[in-house]
Amino acid sequence: MNLTLKIWRQSGPKAKGEMVTYPVTDISEDMSFLEMLDVLNEQLNARGEEPIAFDSDCREGICGMCGLMISGKAHGPEVTTTCQLHMRSFSDGDEITIEPWRADAFPVIKDLVVDRGSFDRIIQAGGFISANTGSAPEAHSVPVPKPKADRAFMAAACIGCGACVAACPNASGMLFMGAKITHLGELPQGQPERDARVVNMVTQHDHEGFGGCTNIGECSSACPKEIPLDVINQLNKDLRGALMRGE
Amino acid sequence: MKMLMAGSGALFVFYVLVHMYGNLKIFAGVDAFNEYAEHLRTLFTPFLPYAGFLWLFRVLLIAALVAHAWSAFYLWSRARSARTTRYVAKAAARATVKSKMMRWGGVALLLFLVWHLLQFTIVKFNVGSLPAEGNPGLLVISSFQVWWVVLIYLLALVALGLHLYHGVWSATQTLGWAGNAAARRRAKTLGTVIALVTSVGFALPPLAILFGLVKGS
Repeated sequence: MNLTLKIWRQSGPKAKGEMVTYPVTDISEDMSFLEMLDVLNEQLNARGEEPIAFDSDCREGICGMCGLMISGKAHGPEVTTTCQLHMRSFSDGDEITIEPWRADAFPVIKDLVVDRGSFDRIIQAGGFISANTGSAPEAHSVPVPKPKADRAFMAAACIGCGACVAACPNASGMLFMGAKITHLGELPQGQPERDARVVNMVTQHDHEGFGGCTNIGECSSACPKEIPLDVINQLNKDLRGALMRGE
Repeated sequence: MKMLMAGSGALFVFYVLVHMYGNLKIFAGVDAFNEYAEHLRTLFTPFLPYAGFLWLFRVLLIAALVAHAWSAFYLWSRARSARTTRYVAKAAARATVKSKMMRWGGVALLLFLVWHLLQFTIVKFNVGSLPAEGNPGLLVISSFQVWWVVLIYLLALVALGLHLYHGVWSATQTLGWAGNAAARRRAKTLGTVIALVTSVGFALPPLAILFGLVKGS
């Protein structure tokens, strides 16, 4: 396949960026999207030009490291991560725009790489449970109903890639936060910190400069792990309860 | 902030439903409409002074309006500053005209509200030809015999319908009442029903008057 790529180039956090057009030729449809970018980077290296910086790690769709805005869609046209997107999802002759996640809470470091430290700080604010050290307690001593375990597991599938923020018209991080709230709040181990967790995480989220949710659902459509919108409902419900209990 | 938005919005939903029901009184004739308008002012008298309940309700509505608009502009500005560099290409996966128009539709409704209050409550100017001094029912009929007045109202009702459709569902989500797929479907259905009932109910009197089904005499 032959493609025309329009890629955001920005040499550093403060630098002014621009879209640069790169033609690529002889791309196999079995390549992943990132392998296609690797091919382009090898050509750029061979010509002595600066390769395009982008994030990736496991390339198995489970780490949450990669993430590109591909022709206006977070992680491109399929419901998966950028690394698991394959070139067979495109056609010969396509023009593809590639941009970094755009949110002021995710500042661009270079080219397509953004700093998602704001997500880490939200997790630090409340996305944890406290466990005593010592020998592990007998697992059967804490019963967990199957529906709750399933829902917690569904929410725990969030890999924190940031596609929800990238896709949201308000650049809100509430799907991410809702997933963590639901994951920990459904389980007995998450109960002691439940009220403080939601208040602290929401406070940190707002402090980081994310926008608010307007219930449009772009986040859930973009989510490679298909986290449903009802985790935001759970977040709101927990927040209302916590505020009423005077947290 | 968003709860304030949802709470004040819920009050408006209740209010527009009552308001719409009242408007339908015009089908029972000018006298029934005027009697209803007068009754609103004598509600709970002599326990409250003349128009006392009406003013209590108006104060509540104004407070809710200020809260709703203020939180809307606050959240809007926060959303704008959350993405100061915009995408070159952005494809919406799910956003529809309803959810996209919440903000601009809200602003349009605010402008309409000013016009509407000036026309029927504060100044009571008569753009039509019927003599309607001191007679609210006739003023309504006289006004809606003018085609462009009806057009303004119909446009406002489209904005109101879309606003309610997304607003009702959005409020249930913000208040945490849409926790599973079934509840979410119910909330969306409720939004559709309220939006349709309100906009169609409000549209009936002006259209009936424009087409001469309801006459002043």
